[in-house]
Amino acid sequence: MLKAAEVKRKDVLSQNIFAVTKGLESAITTEHYSRYDGLLQRLDPRVKLATFAVLTAAVSFTESLAVLAVMLILVPLPGILSGIRPGFLLKRILLFIPVFTAVIAIPALFITKGDPLLSVGGHTIVTVQGAKTAAFLVLRVTDSLSLGALLVLTTPWTKLLATFRWFRIPSLFVSILSMTYRYIFVLLHTVNNMFLARKSRTPGTLTAKENRKWLGHTLAATMVKSLHISEQVYSAMLSRGYRDDRLTITRFKLHHRDLLWLLFASTVLTLSVWTG
Amino acid sequence: MSDRRIDSIFEAVDLSYDYPGGVPALSNVTFSIRPGETVALLGANGAGKSTLLKLLDGLIFPHNGTLNAFGLALSEESMNNPDRVLEFRSSVGLVFQDPDVQLFSPTVWEEVLFAPLQAGLERQEVINRGEQALELMGIEHLRNRAPYLLSSGEKKKVAISSVLSLRPDVLLLDEPSAGLDPFSQGKLIDFLVEWTGNDHCIVFSTQDLDMVEELATRVLILGQDHTLIADGPPDRFLSDPDFLLEANLVHAHSHRHKNLVHSHIHTHRHSHRHDS
Repeated sequence: MLKAAEVKRKDVLSQNIFAVTKGLESAITTEHYSRYDGLLQRLDPRVKLATFAVLTAAVSFTESLAVLAVMLILVPLPGILSGIRPGFLLKRILLFIPVFTAVIAIPALFITKGDPLLSVGGHTIVTVQGAKTAAFLVLRVTDSLSLGALLVLTTPWTKLLATFRWFRIPSLFVSILSMTYRYIFVLLHTVNNMFLARKSRTPGTLTAKENRKWLGHTLAATMVKSLHISEQVYSAMLSRGYRDDRLTITRFKLHHRDLLWLLFASTVLTLSVWTG
Repeated sequence: MSDRRIDSIFEAVDLSYDYPGGVPALSNVTFSIRPGETVALLGANGAGKSTLLKLLDGLIFPHNGTLNAFGLALSEESMNNPDRVLEFRSSVGLVFQDPDVQLFSPTVWEEVLFAPLQAGLERQEVINRGEQALELMGIEHLRNRAPYLLSSGEKKKVAISSVLSLRPDVLLLDEPSAGLDPFSQGKLIDFLVEWTGNDHCIVFSTQDLDMVEELATRVLILGQDHTLIADGPPDRFLSDPDFLLEANLVHAHSHRHKNLVHSHIHTHRHSHRHDS
Protein backbone atom coordinates (compact mmCIF):
# COMPACT_ATOMS: atom_id res chain seq x y z
CA MET A 1 0.00 0.00 0.00
CA LEU A 2 1.23 3.52 -0.80
CA LYS A 3 1.34 6.06 1.98
CA ALA A 4 -1.13 8.96 1.84
CA ALA A 5 1.61 11.51 1.13
CA GLU A 6 2.84 9.51 -1.87
CA VAL A 7 -0.66 9.14 -3.23
CA LYS A 8 -1.21 12.86 -2.87
CA ARG A 9 2.09 13.71 -4.57
CA LYS A 10 1.45 11.40 -7.53
CA ASP A 11 -1.99 12.89 -8.18
CA VAL A 12 -0.77 16.50 -8.07
CA LEU A 13 -0.90 16.90 -11.86
CA SER A 14 -4.53 15.90 -12.25
CA GLN A 15 -5.55 17.79 -9.11
CA ASN A 16 -3.96 20.98 -10.40
CA ILE A 17 -5.48 20.69 -13.86
CA PHE A 18 -8.87 19.92 -12.31
CA ALA A 19 -8.56 23.00 -10.07
CA VAL A 20 -7.51 25.23 -12.98
CA THR A 21 -10.34 24.06 -15.26
CA LYS A 22 -12.88 24.43 -12.42
CA GLY A 23 -11.54 27.93 -11.67
CA LEU A 24 -11.72 28.97 -15.34
CA GLU A 25 -15.23 27.51 -15.63
CA SER A 26 -16.35 29.64 -12.70
CA ALA A 27 -14.47 32.77 -13.89
CA ILE A 28 -15.89 32.57 -17.39
CA THR A 29 -19.48 32.02 -16.38
CA THR A 30 -19.83 34.68 -13.71
CA GLU A 31 -22.57 37.02 -14.90
CA HIS A 32 -23.77 37.94 -11.44
CA TYR A 33 -22.28 41.45 -11.46
CA SER A 34 -23.61 42.38 -14.89
CA ARG A 35 -27.16 42.20 -13.48
CA TYR A 36 -26.38 44.47 -10.48
CA ASP A 37 -27.85 47.99 -10.66
CA GLY A 38 -24.62 49.98 -10.36
CA LEU A 39 -22.76 52.83 -12.02
CA LEU A 40 -21.11 50.92 -14.87
CA GLN A 41 -24.07 48.57 -15.42
CA ARG A 42 -26.33 51.56 -16.10
CA LEU A 43 -24.09 53.01 -18.80
CA ASP A 44 -24.79 52.53 -22.50
CA PRO A 45 -22.51 49.61 -23.54
CA ARG A 46 -21.27 51.59 -26.57
CA VAL A 47 -20.09 54.46 -24.38
CA LYS A 48 -18.54 52.02 -21.93
CA LEU A 49 -16.70 50.04 -24.62
CA ALA A 50 -15.44 53.19 -26.36
CA THR A 51 -14.18 54.88 -23.17
CA PHE A 52 -12.59 51.71 -21.83
CA ALA A 53 -10.88 51.08 -25.18
CA VAL A 54 -9.48 54.64 -25.25
CA LEU A 55 -8.32 54.42 -21.61
CA THR A 56 -6.64 51.06 -22.36
CA ALA A 57 -4.84 52.73 -25.27
CA ALA A 58 -3.81 55.57 -22.93
CA VAL A 59 -2.23 53.20 -20.37
CA SER A 60 -0.47 51.37 -23.18
CA PHE A 61 1.15 54.50 -24.58
CA THR A 62 1.88 56.60 -21.47
CA GLU A 63 5.55 57.02 -20.58
CA SER A 64 4.82 57.91 -16.94
CA LEU A 65 4.97 55.40 -14.11
CA ALA A 66 3.06 57.91 -11.94
CA VAL A 67 0.12 57.96 -14.39
CA LEU A 68 0.05 54.14 -14.42
CA ALA A 69 0.14 54.02 -10.62
CA VAL A 70 -2.69 56.58 -10.31
CA MET A 71 -4.74 54.61 -12.83
CA LEU A 72 -4.13 51.47 -10.78
CA ILE A 73 -5.92 53.14 -7.87
CA LEU A 74 -8.47 55.04 -9.96
CA VAL A 75 -9.72 52.21 -12.22
CA PRO A 76 -11.19 49.96 -9.48
CA LEU A 77 -13.22 52.89 -8.04
CA PRO A 78 -16.05 52.76 -10.63
CA GLY A 79 -15.99 48.99 -10.12
CA ILE A 80 -16.58 49.40 -6.39
CA LEU A 81 -19.38 51.92 -7.18
CA SER A 82 -20.84 49.20 -9.42
CA GLY A 83 -21.13 46.70 -6.57
CA ILE A 84 -18.03 44.64 -7.41
CA ARG A 85 -16.15 43.46 -4.33
CA PRO A 86 -12.51 44.70 -4.52
CA GLY A 87 -11.31 41.22 -3.49
CA PHE A 88 -13.21 39.61 -6.36
CA LEU A 89 -11.80 42.10 -8.89
CA LEU A 90 -8.30 41.54 -7.53
CA LYS A 91 -8.68 37.77 -7.87
CA ARG A 92 -9.89 38.09 -11.48
CA ILE A 93 -6.83 40.19 -12.35
CA LEU A 94 -4.35 38.15 -10.30
CA LEU A 95 -5.44 35.02 -12.18
CA PHE A 96 -3.47 36.22 -15.21
CA ILE A 97 -0.77 38.50 -13.74
CA PRO A 98 1.53 35.74 -12.37
CA VAL A 99 1.68 34.04 -15.78
CA PHE A 100 2.56 37.29 -17.51
CA THR A 101 5.02 38.35 -14.82
CA ALA A 102 6.87 35.04 -14.92
CA VAL A 103 7.17 35.05 -18.69
CA ILE A 104 8.09 38.66 -19.45
CA ALA A 105 8.49 41.02 -16.48
CA ILE A 106 10.87 38.96 -14.30
CA PRO A 107 13.36 38.25 -17.12
CA ALA A 108 13.30 42.00 -17.97
CA LEU A 109 14.65 42.72 -14.46
CA PHE A 110 17.82 40.77 -15.17
CA ILE A 111 18.50 41.20 -18.89
CA THR A 112 18.05 44.98 -19.28
CA LYS A 113 21.41 46.78 -19.27
CA GLY A 114 21.91 50.03 -17.30
CA ASP A 115 22.77 51.54 -13.91
CA PRO A 116 23.11 49.03 -11.05
CA LEU A 117 20.25 48.80 -8.56
CA LEU A 118 21.15 45.51 -6.88
CA SER A 119 24.66 44.05 -6.91
CA VAL A 120 25.97 40.81 -5.40
CA GLY A 121 29.74 40.27 -5.12
CA GLY A 122 30.47 43.13 -7.52
CA HIS A 123 28.15 41.72 -10.17
CA THR A 124 25.10 43.77 -11.14
CA ILE A 125 22.01 41.58 -10.80
CA VAL A 126 19.23 44.11 -11.30
CA THR A 127 19.52 47.47 -13.07
CA VAL A 128 17.45 50.64 -12.53
CA GLN A 129 16.34 50.46 -16.16
CA GLY A 130 15.43 46.76 -15.73
CA ALA A 131 13.31 47.50 -12.67
CA LYS A 132 11.63 50.40 -14.52
CA THR A 133 10.88 48.20 -17.55
CA ALA A 134 9.43 45.47 -15.34
CA ALA A 135 7.34 48.02 -13.41
CA PHE A 136 6.00 49.51 -16.67
CA LEU A 137 5.09 46.04 -17.96
CA VAL A 138 3.33 44.90 -14.78
CA LEU A 139 1.45 48.20 -14.28
CA ARG A 140 0.37 48.42 -17.91
CA VAL A 141 -0.91 44.85 -17.87
CA THR A 142 -2.63 45.30 -14.49
CA ASP A 143 -4.33 48.55 -15.57
CA SER A 144 -5.43 47.05 -18.90
CA LEU A 145 -6.70 43.89 -17.24
CA SER A 146 -8.58 45.93 -14.64
CA LEU A 147 -10.31 47.90 -17.39
CA GLY A 148 -11.05 44.71 -19.37
CA ALA A 149 -12.32 42.88 -16.29
CA LEU A 150 -14.60 45.80 -15.34
CA LEU A 151 -16.02 45.94 -18.86
CA VAL A 152 -16.73 42.20 -19.01
CA LEU A 153 -18.02 41.95 -15.43
CA THR A 154 -20.48 44.84 -15.76
CA THR A 155 -21.77 44.17 -19.28
CA PRO A 156 -23.96 41.17 -20.19
CA TRP A 157 -22.17 39.13 -22.85
CA THR A 158 -25.10 39.55 -25.27
CA LYS A 159 -24.89 43.34 -25.08
CA LEU A 160 -21.13 43.30 -25.46
CA LEU A 161 -21.42 41.26 -28.67
CA ALA A 162 -24.18 43.56 -29.95
CA THR A 163 -21.90 46.53 -29.21
CA PHE A 164 -19.10 44.96 -31.24
CA ARG A 165 -21.55 44.63 -34.14
CA TRP A 166 -22.62 48.28 -33.66
CA PHE A 167 -18.98 49.31 -34.04
CA ARG A 168 -18.94 47.37 -37.34
CA ILE A 169 -16.53 44.73 -36.09
CA PRO A 170 -16.81 41.93 -38.71
CA SER A 171 -19.61 39.47 -37.95
CA LEU A 172 -17.28 36.50 -38.43
CA PHE A 173 -15.06 37.78 -35.61
CA VAL A 174 -18.04 38.42 -33.33
CA SER A 175 -19.49 34.96 -34.10
CA ILE A 176 -16.18 33.25 -33.33
CA LEU A 177 -15.85 35.24 -30.09
CA SER A 178 -19.40 34.41 -29.07
CA MET A 179 -19.02 30.70 -29.70
CA THR A 180 -15.55 30.46 -28.20
CA TYR A 181 -17.00 31.84 -24.98
CA ARG A 182 -19.93 29.42 -25.18
CA TYR A 183 -17.98 26.27 -26.03
CA ILE A 184 -15.00 26.86 -23.76
CA PHE A 185 -17.52 26.14 -21.02
CA VAL A 186 -18.75 22.94 -22.69
CA LEU A 187 -15.18 21.71 -23.25
CA LEU A 188 -14.03 22.64 -19.73
CA HIS A 189 -17.02 20.79 -18.39
CA THR A 190 -16.12 17.80 -20.56
CA VAL A 191 -12.50 17.83 -19.36
CA ASN A 192 -13.62 18.02 -15.72
CA ASN A 193 -15.99 15.09 -16.25
CA MET A 194 -13.17 13.11 -17.86
CA PHE A 195 -11.04 13.74 -14.76
CA LEU A 196 -13.87 12.60 -12.50
CA ALA A 197 -14.54 9.53 -14.69
CA ARG A 198 -10.87 8.57 -14.48
CA LYS A 199 -10.87 9.10 -10.72
CA SER A 200 -13.88 6.81 -10.30
CA ARG A 201 -12.17 4.09 -12.35
CA THR A 202 -8.81 4.33 -10.60
CA PRO A 203 -8.87 2.38 -7.36
CA GLY A 204 -5.07 2.46 -7.03
CA THR A 205 -2.61 5.17 -8.01
CA LEU A 206 -1.01 5.92 -11.34
CA THR A 207 2.69 6.50 -11.82
CA ALA A 208 3.91 9.85 -13.18
CA LYS A 209 4.45 8.20 -16.57
CA GLU A 210 0.92 6.79 -16.59
CA ASN A 211 -0.44 10.20 -15.58
CA ARG A 212 1.39 11.91 -18.46
CA LYS A 213 0.16 9.25 -20.88
CA TRP A 214 -3.41 9.70 -19.66
CA LEU A 215 -3.10 13.48 -19.95
CA GLY A 216 -1.92 13.12 -23.57
CA HIS A 217 -4.87 10.88 -24.40
CA THR A 218 -7.25 13.33 -22.69
CA LEU A 219 -5.91 16.25 -24.72
CA ALA A 220 -6.24 14.27 -27.96
CA ALA A 221 -9.78 13.15 -27.09
CA THR A 222 -10.77 16.73 -26.21
CA MET A 223 -9.37 17.95 -29.52
CA VAL A 224 -11.39 15.34 -31.46
CA LYS A 225 -14.50 16.18 -29.43
CA SER A 226 -14.07 19.91 -30.08
CA LEU A 227 -13.81 19.25 -33.84
CA HIS A 228 -16.95 17.11 -33.70
CA ILE A 229 -18.80 19.80 -31.72
CA SER A 230 -17.71 22.52 -34.16
CA GLU A 231 -19.11 20.53 -37.12
CA GLN A 232 -22.37 19.84 -35.28
CA VAL A 233 -22.77 23.47 -34.17
CA TYR A 234 -22.24 24.71 -37.71
CA SER A 235 -24.90 22.23 -38.93
CA ALA A 236 -27.27 23.46 -36.20
CA MET A 237 -26.66 27.07 -37.30
CA LEU A 238 -27.24 26.24 -40.97
CA SER A 239 -30.38 24.35 -40.04
CA ARG A 240 -31.83 27.55 -38.58
CA GLY A 241 -30.93 29.64 -41.62
CA TYR A 242 -27.49 31.05 -40.68
CA ARG A 243 -26.33 33.45 -43.41
CA ASP A 244 -22.81 34.40 -42.30
CA ASP A 245 -24.23 37.32 -40.34
CA ARG A 246 -25.12 37.24 -36.65
CA LEU A 247 -28.08 39.60 -36.49
CA THR A 248 -29.13 41.07 -33.18
CA ILE A 249 -32.33 42.41 -31.67
CA THR A 250 -30.54 44.72 -29.19
CA ARG A 251 -31.15 48.45 -29.56
CA PHE A 252 -29.21 51.11 -27.67
CA LYS A 253 -30.26 54.47 -26.23
CA LEU A 254 -28.05 57.23 -24.82
CA HIS A 255 -28.88 58.90 -21.48
CA HIS A 256 -27.53 61.94 -19.61
CA ARG A 257 -25.45 59.67 -17.38
CA ASP A 258 -23.63 58.38 -20.48
CA LEU A 259 -22.62 61.92 -21.40
CA LEU A 260 -21.41 62.55 -17.83
CA TRP A 261 -19.34 59.36 -17.99
CA LEU A 262 -17.90 60.46 -21.35
CA LEU A 263 -16.91 63.78 -19.77
CA PHE A 264 -15.28 61.99 -16.81
CA ALA A 265 -13.38 59.55 -19.03
CA SER A 266 -12.25 62.37 -21.33
CA THR A 267 -10.90 64.30 -18.32
CA VAL A 268 -8.95 61.25 -17.09
CA LEU A 269 -7.63 60.68 -20.60
CA THR A 270 -6.56 64.33 -21.04
CA LEU A 271 -4.80 64.35 -17.65
CA SER A 272 -2.97 61.11 -18.39
CA VAL A 273 -1.80 62.35 -21.81
CA TRP A 274 -0.85 65.76 -20.38
CA THR A 275 1.13 64.39 -17.46
CA GLY A 276 2.46 61.29 -19.26
CA MET B 1 -44.24 27.02 -49.15
CA SER B 2 -47.44 26.50 -47.23
CA ASP B 3 -49.54 28.29 -49.86
CA ARG B 4 -48.49 25.84 -52.61
CA ARG B 5 -50.55 22.63 -52.79
CA ILE B 6 -48.23 19.66 -52.75
CA ASP B 7 -48.81 15.90 -52.59
CA SER B 8 -45.67 15.04 -50.66
CA ILE B 9 -43.37 16.99 -48.41
CA PHE B 10 -40.45 14.61 -48.82
CA GLU B 11 -39.93 12.05 -51.54
CA ALA B 12 -36.89 9.78 -51.30
CA VAL B 13 -36.00 7.29 -54.00
CA ASP B 14 -33.17 4.75 -53.51
CA LEU B 15 -31.50 7.06 -51.03
CA SER B 16 -28.01 5.99 -49.92
CA TYR B 17 -25.44 7.72 -47.75
CA ASP B 18 -22.00 6.53 -46.63
CA TYR B 19 -19.89 7.82 -43.75
CA PRO B 20 -16.27 8.72 -44.53
CA GLY B 21 -14.35 5.50 -45.24
CA GLY B 22 -17.30 3.99 -47.09
CA VAL B 23 -19.17 2.80 -43.98
CA PRO B 24 -22.85 2.69 -44.99
CA ALA B 25 -25.32 4.84 -43.05
CA LEU B 26 -28.35 4.38 -45.33
CA SER B 27 -28.87 1.96 -48.21
CA ASN B 28 -31.49 2.28 -50.96
CA VAL B 29 -34.18 3.87 -48.82
CA THR B 30 -37.41 4.80 -50.61
CA PHE B 31 -40.40 6.55 -49.02
CA SER B 32 -42.69 9.54 -49.32
CA ILE B 33 -44.02 11.75 -46.52
CA ARG B 34 -47.28 13.61 -46.99
CA PRO B 35 -48.56 16.83 -45.31
CA GLY B 36 -50.20 16.24 -41.93
CA GLU B 37 -48.39 12.97 -41.23
CA THR B 38 -46.55 12.26 -37.99
CA VAL B 39 -43.83 9.80 -38.85
CA ALA B 40 -41.80 7.90 -36.27
CA LEU B 41 -38.36 6.83 -37.40
CA LEU B 42 -37.37 3.65 -35.60
CA GLY B 43 -34.27 1.52 -35.64
CA ALA B 44 -31.46 0.24 -33.47
CA ASN B 45 -28.47 2.45 -32.58
CA GLY B 46 -26.43 3.19 -35.68
CA ALA B 47 -29.24 2.24 -38.08
CA GLY B 48 -29.08 5.69 -39.73
CA LYS B 49 -31.98 7.61 -38.10
CA SER B 50 -29.98 10.78 -37.33
CA THR B 51 -28.36 10.69 -40.76
CA LEU B 52 -31.77 10.46 -42.42
CA LEU B 53 -33.02 13.48 -40.42
CA LYS B 54 -29.97 15.49 -41.49
CA LEU B 55 -30.62 14.51 -45.11
CA LEU B 56 -34.25 15.64 -44.77
CA ASP B 57 -33.00 18.95 -43.34
CA GLY B 58 -30.63 19.51 -46.28
CA LEU B 59 -27.55 19.54 -44.06
CA ILE B 60 -25.95 16.61 -45.86
CA PHE B 61 -26.76 15.21 -49.29
CA PRO B 62 -27.28 11.66 -50.57
CA HIS B 63 -24.43 9.89 -52.31
CA ASN B 64 -26.91 7.92 -54.40
CA GLY B 65 -30.62 8.24 -55.16
CA THR B 66 -32.78 11.36 -55.15
CA LEU B 67 -34.47 13.39 -52.46
CA ASN B 68 -37.16 15.99 -53.13
CA ALA B 69 -38.62 18.43 -50.61
CA PHE B 70 -41.84 20.29 -51.41
CA GLY B 71 -41.64 18.98 -54.97
CA LEU B 72 -38.14 20.36 -55.62
CA ALA B 73 -34.77 18.59 -55.54
CA LEU B 74 -33.01 18.83 -52.19
CA SER B 75 -29.44 18.77 -53.44
CA GLU B 76 -26.15 20.53 -52.77
CA GLU B 77 -26.68 22.54 -55.95
CA SER B 78 -30.20 23.65 -55.08
CA MET B 79 -29.14 24.61 -51.55
CA ASN B 80 -26.60 27.05 -53.01
CA ASN B 81 -29.51 29.21 -54.14
CA PRO B 82 -30.12 31.81 -51.35
CA ASP B 83 -33.86 32.14 -52.15
CA ARG B 84 -34.35 28.36 -52.03
CA VAL B 85 -32.37 28.15 -48.77
CA LEU B 86 -34.46 30.90 -47.15
CA GLU B 87 -37.71 29.26 -48.29
CA PHE B 88 -36.63 25.78 -47.19
CA ARG B 89 -35.14 26.84 -43.83
CA SER B 90 -38.29 28.82 -43.03
CA SER B 91 -40.39 25.70 -43.61
CA VAL B 92 -38.35 22.90 -42.02
CA GLY B 93 -36.86 22.89 -38.52
CA LEU B 94 -34.57 20.25 -36.99
CA VAL B 95 -34.17 19.69 -33.25
CA PHE B 96 -30.82 17.99 -32.68
CA GLN B 97 -30.40 15.08 -30.31
CA ASP B 98 -27.72 16.87 -28.27
CA PRO B 99 -29.02 20.30 -27.22
CA ASP B 100 -25.49 21.42 -26.38
CA VAL B 101 -24.62 21.63 -30.06
CA GLN B 102 -27.83 23.45 -30.88
CA LEU B 103 -27.65 26.12 -28.20
CA PHE B 104 -24.82 28.40 -29.27
CA SER B 105 -26.18 31.81 -28.22
CA PRO B 106 -25.30 33.60 -24.96
CA THR B 107 -28.88 33.63 -23.63
CA VAL B 108 -32.08 31.65 -24.11
CA TRP B 109 -33.79 34.75 -25.52
CA GLU B 110 -31.06 35.22 -28.17
CA GLU B 111 -31.33 31.52 -28.96
CA VAL B 112 -35.05 31.61 -29.78
CA LEU B 113 -34.62 34.81 -31.80
CA PHE B 114 -31.76 33.44 -33.90
CA ALA B 115 -33.83 31.73 -36.61
CA PRO B 116 -36.48 34.48 -37.10
CA LEU B 117 -33.69 37.09 -37.29
CA GLN B 118 -31.85 35.03 -39.90
CA ALA B 119 -35.11 34.70 -41.84
CA GLY B 120 -35.11 38.50 -42.16
CA LEU B 121 -38.42 39.09 -40.38
CA GLU B 122 -39.50 42.47 -38.99
CA ARG B 123 -38.25 43.29 -35.47
CA GLN B 124 -41.69 43.16 -33.83
CA GLU B 125 -42.52 39.88 -35.56
CA VAL B 126 -39.21 38.42 -34.37
CA ILE B 127 -40.01 39.42 -30.78
CA ASN B 128 -43.60 38.08 -31.00
CA ARG B 129 -42.39 34.73 -32.32
CA GLY B 130 -39.69 34.49 -29.67
CA GLU B 131 -42.16 35.18 -26.87
CA GLN B 132 -44.66 32.69 -28.24
CA ALA B 133 -41.99 30.00 -28.63
CA LEU B 134 -40.96 30.41 -24.98
CA GLU B 135 -44.60 30.30 -23.90
CA LEU B 136 -45.30 27.13 -25.93
CA MET B 137 -42.61 25.25 -24.03
CA GLY B 138 -43.40 27.00 -20.71
CA ILE B 139 -39.89 28.40 -20.33
CA GLU B 140 -40.51 32.14 -20.11
CA HIS B 141 -38.67 32.15 -16.78
CA LEU B 142 -35.47 30.97 -18.49
CA ARG B 143 -35.43 33.90 -20.91
CA ASN B 144 -32.30 35.63 -19.57
CA ARG B 145 -30.43 32.51 -18.52
CA ALA B 146 -27.31 31.24 -20.28
CA PRO B 147 -28.08 27.92 -22.05
CA TYR B 148 -24.98 26.21 -20.60
CA LEU B 149 -26.25 26.75 -17.07
CA LEU B 150 -29.54 24.89 -17.65
CA SER B 151 -30.46 21.30 -16.80
CA SER B 152 -30.66 18.69 -19.61
CA GLY B 153 -34.46 18.87 -19.71
CA GLU B 154 -34.44 22.68 -19.81
CA LYS B 155 -31.85 22.65 -22.60
CA LYS B 156 -34.07 20.30 -24.59
CA LYS B 157 -37.07 22.62 -24.19
CA VAL B 158 -34.97 25.63 -25.27
CA ALA B 159 -33.72 23.65 -28.30
CA ILE B 160 -37.32 22.90 -29.32
CA SER B 161 -38.37 26.54 -28.72
CA SER B 162 -35.45 27.77 -30.82
CA VAL B 163 -36.90 25.86 -33.78
CA LEU B 164 -40.58 26.59 -33.05
CA SER B 165 -39.88 30.35 -33.19
CA LEU B 166 -39.45 29.87 -36.95
CA ARG B 167 -43.00 28.45 -37.12
CA PRO B 168 -41.97 25.70 -39.54
CA ASP B 169 -44.44 23.55 -41.48
CA VAL B 170 -42.28 20.50 -40.84
CA LEU B 171 -40.64 19.61 -37.55
CA LEU B 172 -37.79 17.09 -37.54
CA LEU B 173 -36.92 15.82 -34.06
CA ASP B 174 -33.96 13.62 -33.21
CA GLU B 175 -34.76 11.64 -30.04
CA PRO B 176 -36.97 14.42 -28.61
CA SER B 177 -37.81 12.66 -25.35
CA ALA B 178 -34.21 11.70 -24.51
CA GLY B 179 -33.08 13.45 -21.34
CA LEU B 180 -36.58 14.52 -20.31
CA ASP B 181 -38.19 13.41 -17.06
CA PRO B 182 -41.58 11.60 -17.34
CA PHE B 183 -43.56 14.78 -16.60
CA SER B 184 -41.73 16.76 -19.29
CA GLN B 185 -42.08 13.84 -21.73
CA GLY B 186 -45.84 13.91 -21.18
CA LYS B 187 -45.97 17.68 -21.72
CA LEU B 188 -43.89 17.34 -24.90
CA ILE B 189 -46.21 14.66 -26.31
CA ASP B 190 -49.26 16.81 -25.46
CA PHE B 191 -47.69 19.75 -27.23
CA LEU B 192 -46.75 17.72 -30.33
CA VAL B 193 -50.20 16.12 -30.57
CA GLU B 194 -51.74 19.59 -30.53
CA TRP B 195 -49.17 20.93 -32.98
CA THR B 196 -49.85 18.18 -35.55
CA GLY B 197 -53.57 18.92 -35.36
CA ASN B 198 -52.86 22.10 -37.35
CA ASP B 199 -51.84 20.16 -40.48
CA HIS B 200 -48.17 20.35 -39.58
CA CYS B 201 -45.87 17.44 -40.34
CA ILE B 202 -43.54 15.80 -37.81
CA VAL B 203 -40.76 13.30 -38.43
CA PHE B 204 -39.14 12.10 -35.22
CA SER B 205 -36.59 9.46 -34.38
CA THR B 206 -37.01 7.64 -31.11
CA GLN B 207 -36.43 4.47 -29.11
CA ASP B 208 -39.51 5.21 -27.03
CA LEU B 209 -42.36 2.97 -28.23
CA ASP B 210 -44.83 4.74 -25.93
CA MET B 211 -44.18 7.95 -27.77
CA VAL B 212 -44.69 6.18 -31.09
CA GLU B 213 -48.03 4.80 -29.95
CA GLU B 214 -49.26 8.15 -28.66
CA LEU B 215 -48.01 10.37 -31.45
CA ALA B 216 -47.20 8.62 -34.72
CA THR B 217 -49.61 8.02 -37.58
CA ARG B 218 -46.94 6.05 -39.43
CA VAL B 219 -43.61 4.37 -38.74
CA LEU B 220 -40.51 3.95 -40.87
CA ILE B 221 -38.21 1.26 -39.47
CA LEU B 222 -34.55 1.09 -40.43
CA GLY B 223 -32.84 -2.26 -40.12
CA GLN B 224 -29.34 -2.97 -38.94
CA ASP B 225 -28.30 -3.28 -42.60
CA HIS B 226 -29.39 0.41 -43.01
CA THR B 227 -32.28 -0.43 -45.36
CA LEU B 228 -35.92 0.42 -44.77
CA ILE B 229 -37.44 -2.79 -43.41
CA ALA B 230 -40.94 -1.55 -42.58
CA ASP B 231 -43.26 1.32 -43.51
CA GLY B 232 -46.86 1.58 -42.32
CA PRO B 233 -49.25 2.31 -39.45
CA PRO B 234 -47.75 1.83 -35.94
CA ASP B 235 -50.32 -0.79 -34.83
CA ARG B 236 -49.22 -3.21 -37.51
CA PHE B 237 -45.68 -3.42 -36.11
CA LEU B 238 -46.04 -2.55 -32.42
CA SER B 239 -48.33 -5.55 -31.87
CA ASP B 240 -45.80 -7.99 -33.36
CA PRO B 241 -43.26 -8.81 -30.62
CA ASP B 242 -41.22 -11.15 -32.82
CA PHE B 243 -40.78 -8.45 -35.46
CA LEU B 244 -39.88 -5.87 -32.78
CA LEU B 245 -37.29 -8.23 -31.31
CA GLU B 246 -35.81 -8.95 -34.74
CA ALA B 247 -35.62 -5.21 -35.51
CA ASN B 248 -33.85 -4.67 -32.15
CA LEU B 249 -36.65 -2.37 -30.92
CA VAL B 250 -37.38 -4.45 -27.83
CA HIS B 251 -35.22 -6.84 -25.82
CA ALA B 252 -35.48 -9.97 -23.74
CA HIS B 253 -33.91 -10.04 -20.32
CA SER B 254 -34.14 -11.88 -17.06
CA HIS B 255 -36.55 -11.03 -14.23
CA ARG B 256 -36.55 -12.07 -10.65
CA HIS B 257 -39.95 -12.83 -9.13
CA LYS B 258 -39.09 -13.75 -5.53
CA ASN B 259 -37.12 -16.98 -6.00
CA LEU B 260 -38.04 -17.50 -9.64
CA VAL B 261 -35.79 -16.07 -12.36
CA HIS B 262 -37.15 -16.18 -15.89
CA SER B 263 -36.64 -14.40 -19.20
CA HIS B 264 -39.06 -12.89 -21.71
CA ILE B 265 -39.43 -10.12 -24.28
CA HIS B 266 -39.57 -6.76 -22.60
CA THR B 267 -40.97 -3.61 -24.19
CA HIS B 268 -40.86 -1.26 -21.19
CA ARG B 269 -44.18 0.11 -22.41
CA HIS B 270 -46.77 1.46 -20.01
CA SER B 271 -50.49 0.94 -19.88
CA HIS B 272 -52.86 3.92 -19.95
CA ARG B 273 -56.46 4.44 -19.04
CA HIS B 274 -59.26 6.57 -20.46
CA ASP B 275 -60.95 8.51 -17.66
CA SER B 276 -64.00 9.43 -19.66
